Amino acid sequence: MIYTILVMSSPASGHCSRSAAEFALRVLARGHRIYRVFFLDAGTTNGSVSNVYPQDETDPATAWLNLAEEHAVDLVICITSALRYGMLDDTESRRHERPGATVNRAFTLSGLGQLVDACAMSDRLVTFGG
Amino acid sequence: MIVAISPKKSTLIVVRHSPYGSSLARASIDAALAHAAFGQPVDLLFMGDGVLQLLPCQDSSAIDARNIGRLLASLPMYDIDSIYIDARAAAHYKLDISQVPLDARPLENAELHQLMAQYDHLMGF
Repeated sequence: MIYTILVMSSPASGHCSRSAAEFALRVLARGHRIYRVFFLDAGTTNGSVSNVYPQDETDPATAWLNLAEEHAVDLVICITSALRYGMLDDTESRRHERPGATVNRAFTLSGLGQLVDACAMSDRLVTFGG
Repeated sequence: MIVAISPKKSTLIVVRHSPYGSSLARASIDAALAHAAFGQPVDLLFMGDGVLQLLPCQDSSAIDARNIGRLLASLPMYDIDSIYIDARAAAHYKLDISQVPLDARPLENAELHQLMAQYDHLMGF
């Protein structure tokens, strides 16, 4: 079965985004496919390179990076939300004359069309947060 | 710009957030508009606190926010015509359905379940 996961909450607040990443790993372990993970609203901050966590806590970004690097999962951040949350890649940071990129390169900034496309191509849409 | 995506999958966007308490109200409307722009069938259901988005005569100028009521009133222009309201939440907030900025159909609990079962995807905000 093909899944798309929509994440709308920040890793800094609550456990929703951790559950989403954990769910994604279990989906793959069961032999299903993930078409895309789409990050919207506060969920865009999951792609931040500048969050710092205490040493005795797991950095929630690790699970997302694992999904992207080990399982080639497409991680897409809604560009409209991203700009509001200060989540910029190199291009957007230059375009808006900001000090630098704040998004990890494992994530792509793109439009809501990527969410619509993902819904059309997936059997299941699972929403976390909101 | 209309770019059709195939295959077509129907989506019900379930809106449960009040209009100005967070950015999620706006995010749910944007998601609906994006589906319509790409030619994907999309309907909206307002539940719980979400029915407050349908309050008539909203004035958000004092908080410098986009008027959600006005934004919702424009949905039929984008071919988003099927709008549903959780009748119990509307009654809870004493919302007069004849005054909402959209042509919306109130549904009782059993009808809500039937509605949700009709779609390929539920997108919950």
